[in-house]
Amino acid sequence: MSEIADKVKKIVVEHLGVEESKVTPDASFIDDLGADSLDTVELVMAFEEAFSVEIPEDAAEKIATVKDAIDYIEKQKAA
Amino acid sequence: MFSLEGKTALVTGASGGLGAAIARALHAQGAELVLSGTRESALAELADSLGSRAHPCVANLSDGPEADALVGKAEALLGRPLDILVNNAGLTRDGLAIRMKDEDWQKVMTVDLESPFRLCRAALKGMLRRRAGRIVNIASIVGVTGNAGQANYAAAKSGMIGMTKSLAQEAGSRGVTVNVIAPGFVETAMTAVLPEAQREKLLGSIPLGRMGKPEDIAAAVVYLASEEAGWVTGMTMNVNGGMAMP
Repeated sequence: MSEIADKVKKIVVEHLGVEESKVTPDASFIDDLGADSLDTVELVMAFEEAFSVEIPEDAAEKIATVKDAIDYIEKQKAA
Repeated sequence: MFSLEGKTALVTGASGGLGAAIARALHAQGAELVLSGTRESALAELADSLGSRAHPCVANLSDGPEADALVGKAEALLGRPLDILVNNAGLTRDGLAIRMKDEDWQKVMTVDLESPFRLCRAALKGMLRRRAGRIVNIASIVGVTGNAGQANYAAAKSGMIGMTKSLAQEAGSRGVTVNVIAPGFVETAMTAVLPEAQREKLLGSIPLGRMGKPEDIAAAVVYLASEEAGWVTGMTMNVNGGMAMP
């Protein structure tokens, strides 16, 4: 697992207070991990801070799963 | 009831009459305070008179970045997170609309509406995470009723009421409450400039027959800041001697 994926997972575990084993790539923040809309906004802000990236509103809306987040951040970091 | 023992609070505009009374009341309930304002000597004097649990912090809220940074500065002074934010700072630039200058409109919007938003935004980030917090905004009766000569001030205070209701809805699921007090005519430097005739007229329109004291407002702040007010959010509390009953 990449360093980015590791860090994303850690942030999700910390913020949502869920077990690490539940934070699989396909896990949906809202449907599987019990997040509400405010949690997803807070998560995006936590990602922005942790990775020093800016995630615009339209991109943030598309981040629904753990993998979505990892992919988006990896793409930003590679660019 | 209404103990604030162990709580932390930031009061803006604490160098003014109303802000000082709010600070004294919160302090009397046991809170540790950060007193923000523009006048350093007044803040230092207030902090001295309170003794312990009071940190003066000069801030110019017409400066956006300075307003953004104030919550962080307060938490650094306290050495722990902020539990209670009281947005009390405000100013007036009165005049009939047809003669109102752009800068009089802008100044009031910046200090009375934009800076409270900046402070709320900064404070909410931590409060939402901690699942606890109280925000009390100080608006004005004028934001509810309007007032000739105060289009700018009324718009800003009315805006503050709308902002409070929105933030209350955003923060409710985390147990954070956001309320607003609309004081009527209170004896402060802001109302001391009113001409005698206007003062008489105002008194006639107050059922309780007197101007408000800063302490009348401070008591409402203590209530809304307390644990006991945990089921009250998005409310506009009219503390005005009965002058308006919206």
